[in-house]
Amino acid sequence: MSGSLLAVRDLHVAFHTRGGVVDAVRGVDFELAPGDTLAIVGESGSGKSVTAYSVMQLLDRSARIKQGQIVFRGEDITRAAPSRMKALRGAAISIVFQSPRTALNPIRPIGRQVMDALSAHEDLSATELRARALELLEAVRIRDAEQRFDAYPEQLSGGMCQRVMIAMAIACNPALLIADEPTTGLDVTTQKTVMDLLARLIAERNMGLVLITHDLGLAARYCRNVMVMEKGLVVERAPAVELFSNPVHPYTRKLVAASPTFESTVQDLVGAPPAAPVVRPHEERGTPLLLDVQAVTKRYSGSPVVDQVSLTMRRGESVGLVGESGSGKSTLSRMICRLIDHDGGSVIFDGQDIGDVPARDFHASPLRRDIQIVFQDPHESLNPRFSAFDCIAHPVRRLLKLKDGAELRQRVEAVADRCGLPRRLLPRFPHQLSGGEKARVGIARAIAVEPRLLVLDEPTAALDVSVQAVVLKLLDDLRRDDGLAFLFVSHDLNVVRMMCERIVVMRRGTVVEEGASRELFCAPRAEYTRDLLASIPHFERRPSLAG
Amino acid sequence: MVVFTFILMRVLPGDPATFFASGPNAGQEEIEQLRKQLGLDRPIPVQLVRYLGDVVTGNLGRSMTTGQPVTTDLAQRLPASLELTFFALIIALSLALPLGIAAALRPNSIIDHGVRVLCTLGVCVPTFVSGLLLIYAFYYLLGLAPDPTGRLDVFSSPPPDVTGFLLIDFLLAGDFEGLRAAFAQLVLPAATMALFVLAPLARMTRASMLAALGSDFVRTARSIGMADRRVILVYGLRNALLPVLTIIGVVFSTMLGANVLVEKVFSWPGIGSYALDALLASDYAPVQGFVLLIAVIFVLVNLTIDILYSVVDPRMSAE
Repeated sequence: MSGSLLAVRDLHVAFHTRGGVVDAVRGVDFELAPGDTLAIVGESGSGKSVTAYSVMQLLDRSARIKQGQIVFRGEDITRAAPSRMKALRGAAISIVFQSPRTALNPIRPIGRQVMDALSAHEDLSATELRARALELLEAVRIRDAEQRFDAYPEQLSGGMCQRVMIAMAIACNPALLIADEPTTGLDVTTQKTVMDLLARLIAERNMGLVLITHDLGLAARYCRNVMVMEKGLVVERAPAVELFSNPVHPYTRKLVAASPTFESTVQDLVGAPPAAPVVRPHEERGTPLLLDVQAVTKRYSGSPVVDQVSLTMRRGESVGLVGESGSGKSTLSRMICRLIDHDGGSVIFDGQDIGDVPARDFHASPLRRDIQIVFQDPHESLNPRFSAFDCIAHPVRRLLKLKDGAELRQRVEAVADRCGLPRRLLPRFPHQLSGGEKARVGIARAIAVEPRLLVLDEPTAALDVSVQAVVLKLLDDLRRDDGLAFLFVSHDLNVVRMMCERIVVMRRGTVVEEGASRELFCAPRAEYTRDLLASIPHFERRPSLAG
Repeated sequence: MVVFTFILMRVLPGDPATFFASGPNAGQEEIEQLRKQLGLDRPIPVQLVRYLGDVVTGNLGRSMTTGQPVTTDLAQRLPASLELTFFALIIALSLALPLGIAAALRPNSIIDHGVRVLCTLGVCVPTFVSGLLLIYAFYYLLGLAPDPTGRLDVFSSPPPDVTGFLLIDFLLAGDFEGLRAAFAQLVLPAATMALFVLAPLARMTRASMLAALGSDFVRTARSIGMADRRVILVYGLRNALLPVLTIIGVVFSTMLGANVLVEKVFSWPGIGSYALDALLASDYAPVQGFVLLIAVIFVLVNLTIDILYSVVDPRMSAE
């Protein structure tokens, strides 16, 4: 089939694991013309990355291509010899990986790594290599490339590392570029600049692009065609414009519905009926604020990370804390949780100054149970040696002094029910639970002691969109029904808008803008907020499709 | 540390004065006099203070067995021990690294299992047993090795003393015959030591190499079509060496201590056998000096490793 750059036909890939053979990809077909762009969209386990790695022959040892054909520029490379693949990789087909920090060699200067990419395919002298590598670093818009040449990956930001990775991938002018979740973990504004850069390079050099992503907005914005995968199968393929305005397959519909947009509500995401606005009981005059943070400051090695930030919350209120990495939002939330000490200012909770209690003694404070935290990564934040039951029971035992017995069991089961965690999962250990289930355990653990303030630190950042939708719905229900106050820390503006009544935007340790969610979204005052809003990749959804 | 060994030596049974008295017939009076001369008649705290004062001024006391100051004795014998340890470390590393890499490249293959068996043997067999076995095989049965009697056989004359390391001194003097002789003496004890520390080094190399080869940046290196050799050496091994470096520090210190038995078996005139002899003779000063010296070397080795680490790993120096 001449004319096509890459053709994948009826690809089947299986993993041989201890538990048996797992079919990761079960018959994938697609074709890409030179210079064309295709997004493969799907959630974790859909087989989208496996498909891409099959093309590169970078699959795990345990994976086997069972059947099918991969044709690159008319050449069948399905089972090409390693030497042939080595000649193609980097020179004709390149890949940009996710998590750029770990994808680069930590103990090798970035310039040398770009030189490595060049020298793998081109016979150049050392000075020529260096000159070409510099050109490449400049092409990916690394400022002061000359000075940064000898920098190590850890001295650069995540976005910069991804640019270096892109420079390595395009070093030998490949005809096909595979981008595997290239902007996962990057800030929205960084994501936009990196993706714009990638799109520009693709167009300039007439490369074909296969973008693998879970983000529908990203796929819609940067690719002409979109292919949706679920459990190893292609469920739908269409030009981007059509797919999002008129999804046909039920899974695509679910995915489109679950993706937060500018107008969606939490209820929209899961197809639930709209919820009534929250009516909070009238507060007596003179009731102290639930949380009154006054001009807190935190310094790390002299420079302030959070600089004189003030923040107030009323009872049952939900406040979103938004900012990019390094904005100080996580540091601020940790000071409020009393996990770290502040260097100035005061934190007043329900009329009591809790700043006086050192952070390391706060676990013994009676107020500990009133302020609980749901951590960012449900995979990392649960003790791997605790069963789900113990994870939830631990704070109950510690803070409410409940001994083991019927009462404890009842309480844990009630909380698990409340969080939609099936009771049969309680004896399981974290590694036996899915991401969404772990997130539920994390939330159940936090609300088991009936706190009054729940601090949520990017609670859904590591979850798939459909799982995120369900978890957000759960949190929203908790807020509405139990009157919990939320401090919702996130970089995802759409999520924060849906979950919170008020939004605080932080940048470089200070508050840039603060206001009611709707107004902040419709009429942002600060330029930075406008930038943030403009960076969110989105797709237009027809109103008729909601629900 | 100093105080601990001091007290330990005092707690051990045996009276040095009785031991060093002229003979079994020595009278009570002679022993008393010796005791006074040694300062053993004073209370132990007083002895300790005096000892600490001496240590600070660099006086480690005098050995009763050799009659020389302990510092002189140790300075004479230290090069022998260091030469043995360094040489053994070089042998161990030159075996452990390739074995570890080979095992990591093909996990659960025959090579991997072979390396595992070899390492297990190395750890399980005590050094004095493996030393004797090596002597039995290479000296007694095969006749390939010279007599296991020290650093040089009786027919060779020692080189001019420059560094105290015989190999280097012979090389400096241009005496290749002597170099060969010294080398022949060194191989068996060094091999014994190397076998003993092969396991931690090879296992660590394998583990960290496996981690490095499974890392994202090695995948990146492969994705740009880099040659396998380069991927393994530049991207894999260089990163894998960092944890190995830490282990080398630990292993080196262990070897200095474990030398005691090997030196005894091969009549190696090092600090280990010196300290052992002194201990058996209830000769306090050399043992205390030995422990102090090992402690200092331990600190120096770890300092060197830390400095090396910051040179090799840019993430450390950036802190």
